Amino acid sequence: MSLQPLSAEAEKATDEDGPPSGPVPRTGARAGASRLRRAVRENLVAHLFLAAGVLCFALFSWYPIVRGVLLGFQQVTFAEPARWVGLDNFRRLFDDPLFPTAWQNTGYFTLLALVFGFAAPFATAVVLNELRRGRAYLRMTVYLPVMLPPVVTMLLWRQFYDPGPGLFNNVLETFRLPAQQWLESENLAMVSLVLVSTWANMGTTTLIYLAALGGIPGELYEAAELDGASIRQRLWHVTIPQMRFILMITLLLQVIGTMQVFVEPFVLTGGGPDDATVTVLLLLYRYAFVYNDFGLASAMSTLLFVVLGLFSVVYLRLTRSKG
Amino acid sequence: MPGTSRRQVLGSATAAALALALTACGGSGSSPSGVDKDGVVTISVNGMPAKTQAVDRKNFMEDVAAFEKSHPKIRIDAREGQMDPKTFAAKLAGGQLEDVYYVYFTDPAGLIQRRQAADISEYVGDVPYFEDIDPALMKVFKDAEGRTYGLPTGNYSLGLLYNRALFTKAGLDPAKPPVTWEEVRAAAKKISALGDGTVGYADYSKNNQGGWHLTSWIYSMGGEVATKQGGRWKAAFDSEAGRKALNALHDMRWTDRSMGTRQLLEIADVQKMMGSGKLGMYMAGPDNIPTIVKQFEREYAEYGLAALPGTATLGGGDGFMFNPKASPEKIEAGLQWVQWKYLRSPEREAVDSKRSKETGVPIGLPQPRLFAGEAQAKIDGIHEQYANTPVENYQPFIERNAQVETKVEPPNAQQLYTVLDGVMQAVLTKEDADIDALLAEAAKKADTILASVK
Repeated sequence: MSLQPLSAEAEKATDEDGPPSGPVPRTGARAGASRLRRAVRENLVAHLFLAAGVLCFALFSWYPIVRGVLLGFQQVTFAEPARWVGLDNFRRLFDDPLFPTAWQNTGYFTLLALVFGFAAPFATAVVLNELRRGRAYLRMTVYLPVMLPPVVTMLLWRQFYDPGPGLFNNVLETFRLPAQQWLESENLAMVSLVLVSTWANMGTTTLIYLAALGGIPGELYEAAELDGASIRQRLWHVTIPQMRFILMITLLLQVIGTMQVFVEPFVLTGGGPDDATVTVLLLLYRYAFVYNDFGLASAMSTLLFVVLGLFSVVYLRLTRSKG
Repeated sequence: MPGTSRRQVLGSATAAALALALTACGGSGSSPSGVDKDGVVTISVNGMPAKTQAVDRKNFMEDVAAFEKSHPKIRIDAREGQMDPKTFAAKLAGGQLEDVYYVYFTDPAGLIQRRQAADISEYVGDVPYFEDIDPALMKVFKDAEGRTYGLPTGNYSLGLLYNRALFTKAGLDPAKPPVTWEEVRAAAKKISALGDGTVGYADYSKNNQGGWHLTSWIYSMGGEVATKQGGRWKAAFDSEAGRKALNALHDMRWTDRSMGTRQLLEIADVQKMMGSGKLGMYMAGPDNIPTIVKQFEREYAEYGLAALPGTATLGGGDGFMFNPKASPEKIEAGLQWVQWKYLRSPEREAVDSKRSKETGVPIGLPQPRLFAGEAQAKIDGIHEQYANTPVENYQPFIERNAQVETKVEPPNAQQLYTVLDGVMQAVLTKEDADIDALLAEAAKKADTILASVK
């Protein structure tokens, strides 16, 4: 069974088999419709299977998105029909003093996540790629945190961060350094969340980088070595230029992913101390499931959708141009 | 052509599968009134204990069977779970919300305002013992016009839960727990001086629970969190009582260092600290005792309960409300179930207490107290007869609690608690917290929230 589009021969046959041309030539639209009908008829089963996929996407992905956007303009109780309120929900959002705080905190988290989360997997991948022994074992070790359920990771790190008998403060104590309030300090809380997030997620990115590193032609390194390039120069002049595209893609995916940070503040800090870790998604969760205001929550999610959509457009353009 | 035929068959099969899948998404075909041709009405109710709570579940199912036997025209479709805000709206929207659903006292006001609960005013007159229910508890389920939307089935007021062994170890008398905040502070200091990670007093500051407890602190200091002024609600915690409450917490945390170093705690953390024997005291209702005993395999004798120091405390509880789409027949049947199962007659209370004693379900805790006057006195007598918990350990709570006024939660409680969470967090995590500025800033935010309250 072929899922290919209509072949040139078939297209030709379509024109030849069609009704004889009258004095008035067929319009482009009519010809197109006829070709489409023929194409559907020729590959009916393929189109039915495609339709099933499209229907599933429409039902479970696109419809909820559209419905979510609509809810942002409605007051909903689910007990009675929704009432249109225009831009009221958006106005209420802008009136909430926590709204700018949540965006600032999310931006700060994203920035920190890029500093830690972008550099760490790249450095790890480069080091792992250079290793001659124990590579498979270390690869698995790096990937291990990804396999832990997020809540387990958070609870584990909460023990590490415990200001009393926690692991980190014990280490600091060993070096006679002052103990820190990792999650209880307004200045440190966000950094602590980023560290957990980086540890939990870097395995996947490291594997992507490792795969990309494996794809760099060995001759390039050989040529660089013959030219007397040092490790740093090989990294700078061969590795990074060769990986530029994949680095750009993971950067964008990371921005999209980290802007949706939720589990870390939800489990570890609840948005505190003093709202220092309230993020967009945490605030959205509160609107929906603590205050039961789904209109407000949907308005917030629409805004987040627009912002992430912009990043997605950049991502798509990049991948398309490379393709 | 064979090829075409196969395609047609495959196409038809795919279409049929899709049609089936879509049909499966549709609703059930039960009658909207829930009454079958024999006049039997089936009601879905939640509140059934999970399978992991084997004894409670068995007792629940026995109750369902006994109720159905005594009410042959009613069938109970029991479901697990209680109020879960994460699924409530989705269940309501999808027609999956139970006919009779469990709520905490924080929920009814919002549910009534959003019309997510049925008005049961015209049906409650027939409910036996309805007139005996404590009017203060009934108020939670009424709107401004006095219409009724649910029934209370449990209540608590926050007191001071303490570890008797740690009291003794610290040289304190477990039979005479603190009655003022100064005494709480002194006792916490002595307990934390025991060292080895022992914390004298702990309190919540995360996920709205900090705001919930700070409200009780403010009540106990003689203050209010929100008051109605000229027909409009305004924040009232930027007051002397608010300052006293936050100063007391700040002093215990930073001057006495009797609240431990780890903050941003919530109920599960503090119960764990109490269950592991590392915590002296925390603010809690009587219902916390069985949770700790069961979850951490402790003994009831290890814990004592005192009334909250000061002049007032925060009260709460739970109850049942009715699906706004439920038919009158279902509402009537649901009311009979709630009354029979939870607002029991003295005769049924005796049967239930006897069974609870035999199966290890705690009897003798000082709350809930659902009725007023003689009805409650009768039930107290039955509880005393079948008590399987050390009731003497709760005497400090019972004796003084009558002098402590129980106040309900403020309007838009959850939103206000979010704001007060921040205040609590600042005081417990920043030694140089500016309490005046924190209160003023929080009051501004709270006024915005309260502006929407009708």
